[in-house]
Amino acid sequence: MSQPLPPSHLAATLVALLLALAPLSTTAQGFAGLGTTAEGFAQPTPGTPLTFPADHAAHPAYRIEWWYLTATLTAADGTPLGAQWTLFRSASAPNEGTNTGWSSPQVWMGHAAVTTPSAHYATERLARGGTGQAGVTAAPFSAFIDDWQMTSTAPAPADPLSALRLTASAPQFTYDLALTASAPLTLHGDAGYSVKSAAGQASYYYSQPFYNVTGTLTLPSGPVEVTGEAWLDREWSSQPLADNQDGWDWVSLSFTSGARLMGFRLRQTDGTAFTSATWITPDGRATAYPDGALTLTPLAESPTSGATVPTTWRVTLPARGVDTTLTALNPNAWMDVSFPYWEGPVTITGSHEGRGYLEMTGYD
Amino acid sequence: MTRAALSALLSHWRRHPGQLATLLLGIALATALFSAVQAINGEARASYAKAEARLSPDTPRRLDSPAGRVPPETFLALRRAGWLVSPVYEARLSRGGALVEGYDFLTLPPGALPGLGPTLATTDPASLIAQTPAWAAPETIAANPSLALTPAPGLPPGRIVTSIERARALAPDGGFTHLRLAPESALPMGRPPLVSIAPTLTISAPEGGAEVARLTRSFHLNLTAFGALSFAVGLFISYGAIGLAFEQRRSMLRTLRALGVPLPRLMTLMMAELALLALIAGALGLVAGHLIAAALLPDVSVSLAGLYGARVPGELAFRPGWAAAGLGIALAGALGAGAASFARLARLPLLSGPRPRAWARASAQALRFQALGGGALIALGLFAPVLLPGLVGGFALLGGLLIGAALLLPALLALAIAAAQRAAKSPLAEWFWADARQQIPGLRLALMALLLALATNIGVGTMVSSFRLTFTGWLDQRLASELYVTARSEGEGTRLRAFLATRPEVLATLPIWHVELPFPGGLSGEVYGIADDITYRDNWPLIASGPAPWDAVATGGAALINEQFARRQGLSPGDTLTLEDWSLPIAAVYSDYGNPNPQAIVAIDALTARFPDLPRLRHGLRIAPGDVAPLSQALIEEFGLPPSALVPNGEIKAYSLNIFERTFAVTAALNALTLGVAAMAILTAMLTLSTQRLPQLAPVWAAGVTRARLARLEALRTLALAAFTAAFALPLGLALAWALLSVVNVAAFGWKLPMHLFPGQWALLLATALLTALLAAAWPVAQLRRTAPSRFLQIFASER
Repeated sequence: MSQPLPPSHLAATLVALLLALAPLSTTAQGFAGLGTTAEGFAQPTPGTPLTFPADHAAHPAYRIEWWYLTATLTAADGTPLGAQWTLFRSASAPNEGTNTGWSSPQVWMGHAAVTTPSAHYATERLARGGTGQAGVTAAPFSAFIDDWQMTSTAPAPADPLSALRLTASAPQFTYDLALTASAPLTLHGDAGYSVKSAAGQASYYYSQPFYNVTGTLTLPSGPVEVTGEAWLDREWSSQPLADNQDGWDWVSLSFTSGARLMGFRLRQTDGTAFTSATWITPDGRATAYPDGALTLTPLAESPTSGATVPTTWRVTLPARGVDTTLTALNPNAWMDVSFPYWEGPVTITGSHEGRGYLEMTGYD
Repeated sequence: MTRAALSALLSHWRRHPGQLATLLLGIALATALFSAVQAINGEARASYAKAEARLSPDTPRRLDSPAGRVPPETFLALRRAGWLVSPVYEARLSRGGALVEGYDFLTLPPGALPGLGPTLATTDPASLIAQTPAWAAPETIAANPSLALTPAPGLPPGRIVTSIERARALAPDGGFTHLRLAPESALPMGRPPLVSIAPTLTISAPEGGAEVARLTRSFHLNLTAFGALSFAVGLFISYGAIGLAFEQRRSMLRTLRALGVPLPRLMTLMMAELALLALIAGALGLVAGHLIAAALLPDVSVSLAGLYGARVPGELAFRPGWAAAGLGIALAGALGAGAASFARLARLPLLSGPRPRAWARASAQALRFQALGGGALIALGLFAPVLLPGLVGGFALLGGLLIGAALLLPALLALAIAAAQRAAKSPLAEWFWADARQQIPGLRLALMALLLALATNIGVGTMVSSFRLTFTGWLDQRLASELYVTARSEGEGTRLRAFLATRPEVLATLPIWHVELPFPGGLSGEVYGIADDITYRDNWPLIASGPAPWDAVATGGAALINEQFARRQGLSPGDTLTLEDWSLPIAAVYSDYGNPNPQAIVAIDALTARFPDLPRLRHGLRIAPGDVAPLSQALIEEFGLPPSALVPNGEIKAYSLNIFERTFAVTAALNALTLGVAAMAILTAMLTLSTQRLPQLAPVWAAGVTRARLARLEALRTLALAAFTAAFALPLGLALAWALLSVVNVAAFGWKLPMHLFPGQWALLLATALLTALLAAAWPVAQLRRTAPSRFLQIFASER
């Protein structure tokens, strides 16, 4: 059962407007306004090399950005669980310029969730940039909003993202997790330049899909020791969706073989879709697949506390012999936040076995 | 036996369908008005509850620092510890000026700003992030003409609500004044105790919400009082019908008893009969009440939203609880109205004959008792505000006055008629008054109903009109011009005036320039300069004035001062106002609601001569309303003025007035309905009496007075009684208005309103009352006119 905080209607509308900077009357503006125009903001260009650790920090010249972590966990008694930690940055104007402090155009939004087979708890935090309430620092790396943090625990020469401490709290849960990466970062698309539409919309996109997790998850019933795997996505852009795209279905799959698969399907208003995939070997070598190589097909829908969404999927990547079925751990993993969406752990069966995370936007 | 008895009882209604209709109508009307008010109140309460449940599971609390300011580090430390606090910045515009409040709308807990709710719902949220408006009540906007403020009628006067950044720009003054804390249910688990993060901060319950609750409660109390009053008037009708039916059935009851129907069974049957009738009438009343409520609710909704910022949907939902309450009150009312009859039935001697005439008359002693009771109630009412706190005392005063006066009415009428009788010259006139006097007992309930309806009309009408007059006067005074233009620089101001002088549609350009000066008494205040214009002469209500005040001001040799300053310093026209080294005689005193500071008005030339450097940026333009938009456009094109520099006040004014019109409409509708019920009471009483009056009229007819003349006299008598009643209603209504304005209003709103008298309204109401009585009497009188002479003769032949 989902028990989100009652979100402040005003704050929700605020965020809605921030994310959808184009006029509200624009049709087919895509989920959360991500398909809207990006005047004055920097645009991703192919061939720009990503540099670390600098690119772990915020890119205020771009309109939107996120630090997105999902973890498939297992309690000591074998119960499968899921945890999500996300920090979004959204700007109404590029950079901060002279507008610092309480007039900063940067707004931060945090989402944290915990999913069990029978419950889904989601919560949201909002903060204005420039006040110190939320932000991301490069060295030492720390992404935070209020008491939630994703902070590097990696020793000096190692990449800051190779080891993290992750905390979040909500009225119904808290968690404190330690993450260690077993392979290097993965760059999606063309060395991190990830195309999102036939028209050329794109973002910078890299991941760390190889975290091992240990830690404690505190639920209303008490603390639970957990172990598992986690996947971090880093993405920034100014206009990732084309005008004719109204939402996406995204998966991050960890197979028992040690291989990983990232795939997404951007749904277009004419009923077609734009797909993209990255196959990652157990040692971290990535292969990007263009539009059409991956298929994501809904098999069965479930009613949730929000919209009715597909919670069983067929995912194929014939180039790698993948033909799997994804089943939601908890079909009601509805995120009842300013921008409602579905995000929750899935179980993989078929040609490959394993666990992963599914995200579906634009269904409400 | 039971069946036969029941059929016998019910046969009465078959033979007297008019009486049945009267009874049903009385209960139905009473239930309709009462339940209409209950439906409106119920809907409003339900929507408050819904809004509260949605917006604030529990009210956001606040965290205060004994040091007075909360450092930003404390705010951050609390957020970093999981305490969901939101910073609030407060500062005064100037000493005694408006309070500027800055909020962070991203972290502000829901429900923290109840007064701003309606405004926020219609505000483009994008503007909240980049350019947060500065909201204020229209009064505050008028008092701060140099600021670009956005109207938010739900906000109390004297407050400006905006973002932290903008608040700091408007009134720079240090750090956060306090923090708002999210409700307990929203706070994360596992957070450290507050004392370990911010040991000096204290948590307290918020202010604000209670104020709205108090205001809306007073509104609902007003409505409830109306409903109860209407119910009482409706019951008067039922009481009459039930009593008469009982008296007329005495012979039947006697026969039934003689035939062996036991008294308890007879009582049970009659009670069941009454309950059945009450339920039928109550159901009819519920339907009517629902229709009335549905018609009034949109207006009530707008009133509440505009006055108190409380949102009530304009549509009525059917609530089973409300229906049950309506039927219950119909039942209780009917049984209550019949109680006296049942008491008599219980004591009924087996062989007593019907005495409807005697029933209709009450002994002089009973009238005396009633009058004494009335006097006592009035006395109790007068003491109530002293003994009981707040609104309760105010309403006890109202109740005491109304019911007491109603009880006193028959005795007063008897006195008035006795006086008229003494003045009568001819035997017919003497008979006319004597007959009127002996009709009082029969008509007393109807006349009491008329008195209550008229007094309520006068009282509530006077209150609402006084409120409206004060408010519109104040609004006209402050927002007299159709368009306000503010230049951004002195140079632009000069060019602006030159440009406006060339525009034929501009009837007058009124400078709104002022300087801030120390006033006697230690407060600083504003001195405004005004042009000699008809706008001021027409619109500014003067409380006290010497001869030709505006002419005196126009010459530059006199000043006007506001009421607050005049009261504080004990100044009146003719005294001298001394501002630093400037002395001017005071020409008049004007009312200035919502402004705590002293203020004065002088001629603009005198002001600019003395303060040549005063800013000359703001101007009020008198133009036809249709020219506002094109002229605004022309000004924007010619000078590139930002939209905020042009304020069309017609809109603000129209909106504010609309709220009052809606309130007025609700009141007027309820007033009309109450009056209608009173008319119905007179009609039913007259109809009841008309059948019994023949024995009184027959001898007069026999003495040679024609039926037509008798009918005229009958109509005249009703008119006289109604006129006397209206004459008593006038002082009662005014007393009621006084109690509403000076006692109830003070308890509910915290301020007293001046009472304005509206003799035109009274005249209209008096005419309405007489017309009402005449219409109610028309049918019985027409019947009398048509009565066959043989029936008059029968009176002598067969005296009952």
